[in-house]
Amino acid sequence: MNHITENLLSVISDWTGAFSGAFSIRENGSCSQMRSTEHIKIEPKRDAPGLEIHVLPGTKGETVSIPACVSQGGIDDLVYNDFFIGEGADVTIVAGCGVHNDSNEPARHSGIHHFYLGKNAHVLYKEKHVGSGDGSGKRSIDPVTEATLAEGAVLEMDTSQIGGVDDTNRTTRATLAANAKLYIHERLLTDGVQQAKTDFKVFLNGEDAGVDLISRSVAKGKSQQFYRSCIEGNTRCTGHSACDSIIVDAGKVIASPQLVANSGDAALIHEAAIGKIAGEQLLKLQTLGLTLEQAEAKIVEGFLK
Amino acid sequence: MLSISNLFWNSPEGEPIINGLDLEIPDGKLVVVTGPNGGGKTTLAKLIAGIEKASSGKIVLDGTDITDFDITQRAQCGISYAFQQPVRFKGISVRDLMELAAGGTLSHNEMCDLLAKVGLCAREYMDREINASLSGGEIKRIEIATVLARGTRFMLFDEPEAGIDLWSFTGLIDVFNDLRRGLNGSLVIISHQERILSIADEIVVLANGKVQKKGSCHEILPELLKNSSGCERCPTKEVRL
Repeated sequence: MNHITENLLSVISDWTGAFSGAFSIRENGSCSQMRSTEHIKIEPKRDAPGLEIHVLPGTKGETVSIPACVSQGGIDDLVYNDFFIGEGADVTIVAGCGVHNDSNEPARHSGIHHFYLGKNAHVLYKEKHVGSGDGSGKRSIDPVTEATLAEGAVLEMDTSQIGGVDDTNRTTRATLAANAKLYIHERLLTDGVQQAKTDFKVFLNGEDAGVDLISRSVAKGKSQQFYRSCIEGNTRCTGHSACDSIIVDAGKVIASPQLVANSGDAALIHEAAIGKIAGEQLLKLQTLGLTLEQAEAKIVEGFLK
Repeated sequence: MLSISNLFWNSPEGEPIINGLDLEIPDGKLVVVTGPNGGGKTTLAKLIAGIEKASSGKIVLDGTDITDFDITQRAQCGISYAFQQPVRFKGISVRDLMELAAGGTLSHNEMCDLLAKVGLCAREYMDREINASLSGGEIKRIEIATVLARGTRFMLFDEPEAGIDLWSFTGLIDVFNDLRRGLNGSLVIISHQERILSIADEIVVLANGKVQKKGSCHEILPELLKNSSGCERCPTKEVRL
């Protein structure tokens, strides 16, 4: 592993020289290190670049880390990772991607993740994306997440893009069976002329399935963000989405939330708020002794925390 | 000591709100500013905190002319201000705000002491976001606690009783009495409440943007109560002016 990759790993996956549990580190388009455990098996896919991760039924309290790093320009990394989470398992998956580019060539990572959660399985999925480097080449990260949740399964997705990514297309699709729950907490920060597209579609197919989708974003500079979400309730179910964005400078946010109720028993709610930082918030922090700039930074930091 | 001389401020519509106001707020005293609605009390508070800029006049704190100081500079000079209508923040927790106010990390015990003064349990509240999940009364108490956490020489509370339940209000009176006992500067409360007026060392009656009357609690309160209304058994009644 090169030094840049080590730095990226520490940012995206709290890597401190080693991972506990099962892991696979992807560096510049290939797997550099991999380890399975007794309950979590990681194997290379045979038909495409990527991995199959099998978590045995009943596995509790284990973590699997699968970060991916691109440390130079001229790389277009495409990877397919499939996660099979056994019935009743309860695990944490730490993903995330860092793209560093000091060149004039573009650098890109596209991670296509499929999750199959068995009955009553529970997964906490943590994904952090970051870009770095001084090159003029574009840094892109385009994650696709497709999740299928069996009866009673719970998937918690905690995702963030904390800066430095020039272009991102984030696509999430989920299908939920009865009593399955999906919680998504997304945070996005764009600056300069960066662009971020987020597209969620959730199908609530089983009775008492539920989704809670919270997206918070900050658009600074002249960056642009496009947010789209669709929650489709096809039976008795609950869906809530909240899209909050702060615009700083000349940033732009376009939000298109959609609710589709195909059943009278589907209870779906959407909230959205887009605007600049409230003046009263800045005033309050200034009365505590912060400068205007410090107050703004603190509000943005808290909002994306 | 805070000295205000010949202060003027007009609303954006050009209406005179503060009209040549002169006022001295001495150290070591609890001063309650009261007066009719629209008399200029909150505007005066905002002018002291630097949230509004005076059209003309002078504000001097402990010998330093702070008239041209911005909000941050005034805060750094030792002015603390509890807003009448506190602000909500998505993503900022009670702990975050209290530590910003205190200017550094607070231990659990310190947090507990500060929040207990306003009737809140630190364990229950310190990790909660200051967002719509908190009631108006809870937010108000946190607002007051931020000023206590700052502990500066000049503390200014704008209608601290608003939105506070009766039980907490009694605690609030104790807080102000405690603050007065250990006062190393000035304590100013804008209020209409008799129980707050009754603990004042000095009462300032503001009307039409000027000081209408000023004097000790003994001198001013009986006069104000002549015009008060409400049930005599009610422990907190609002003084009508």
